Amino acid sequence: MTGGWLVGTVVETRTETPSGRSLVIDVPGWTGNIAGQHVDVRLTAPDGYQATRSYSLASADDSTRVQLAVDRLPDGEVSPYLVDGVEIGDQLELRGPLGGWFVWRPTETRPVQLIAGGSGVVPLVAMLRARAVAGTTAPMRLLYSVRTPGDRFFADELETLDGIDYAYTRQVPDGFARPPGRVTPEDLARLTIPASENPAVFVCGPTGFVETVARALVDLGHDPLQVKTERFGGA
Amino acid sequence: MAIFTRGFTGRSREADPDLPPGQYLADDFPVLSAGPTPKLDRADWTFSVQTETGGVKWTWDEFMELGAEDVHTDIHCVTRWSKLGTTWRGIPLDAVFDAVETEREFVMQYSYGGYTTNVPLEDLLDGKAWIAFEYEGELLAPEHGGPARLIVPHLYFWKSAKWIRGLVMQEQDEPGFWEQNGYHLYGDPWREQRYW
Repeated sequence: MTGGWLVGTVVETRTETPSGRSLVIDVPGWTGNIAGQHVDVRLTAPDGYQATRSYSLASADDSTRVQLAVDRLPDGEVSPYLVDGVEIGDQLELRGPLGGWFVWRPTETRPVQLIAGGSGVVPLVAMLRARAVAGTTAPMRLLYSVRTPGDRFFADELETLDGIDYAYTRQVPDGFARPPGRVTPEDLARLTIPASENPAVFVCGPTGFVETVARALVDLGHDPLQVKTERFGGA
Repeated sequence: MAIFTRGFTGRSREADPDLPPGQYLADDFPVLSAGPTPKLDRADWTFSVQTETGGVKWTWDEFMELGAEDVHTDIHCVTRWSKLGTTWRGIPLDAVFDAVETEREFVMQYSYGGYTTNVPLEDLLDGKAWIAFEYEGELLAPEHGGPARLIVPHLYFWKSAKWIRGLVMQEQDEPGFWEQNGYHLYGDPWREQRYW
């Protein structure tokens, strides 16, 4: 059951990438969420004008603090404000959590393969965190496709985890074996849990990325019903 | 609500009467699908309606003989984007149900790939719904539901099943895929019937 709008107060901001920022928002009345869910965020201008957008949650715990991570869209109405404008102490409204499909629960024991493109990593970070908190032994890997090392969201946190692979599309760090380029079927075969282990797969990113990756996964033998996707942007 | 968000001014002050509450205008055409895009060929495509007494099934060529029409309509996604004045071409569901005998009043849409969504039959009739196979003068792209998707544009767009495979007539209104995963049983954008 989705409740009504809750008032949240920004308590922490952090620049994640040249175009992205994460926000921690304290939301009294928030009753927690499952990893992978999203939330509607509503902003109200002084004259009453409102704009609402959906964002994935990077957090998945029982506290009243939720974390979003937002990438600035060049022509966006809401994302430039969340990336560049909002300050600690500012108030906005949230409604959620939303969505019951693109979710991972710590009670699940199957291996999990996460595949992210750009800011699509956000709901997948929530899954990595939920697994860490629960202390489960279910294998969970992340393949993270991103333009350059500086474009990684939650880079420091991901450095502390095992099972993370990167595919850089534009620029690689010194000594990185894989040349820059988009994720290929060969990358997926080499860097992800094979279909024979029947993993649950979550793919999130821009539409073109998800289309390519999901198709390749099916070609590699994954059951389409075990490949959950979330896309953003047009096609 | 008495709060406002310091520093947020927003963009448009022109309230568009065609935009349902809580929606914004999208310039692009976002893709939302729960899984991989299925590979489908018109040669293998069939469409069926199952009823209490049997049903009707069409091949692609047979289905086209029902008579396509152009559709100009607005579409509204529950993730809050809308597009106004889109153009589609498709077979009206009125033509489909002219060939179907049923007393049942509810419909479950089934897709290639396993997606389902429910809708009352009356929402598909009287020029309100189509099986669309062109968008803006081009063949409907696979990621948008090609070769053919149902469109029932007066409801949130998750009610418009991509990769449509058939309809099953039901005695009662049962929840489909998203309706079991947090979204409203009916989904009227003008009443903001988004979530449970």
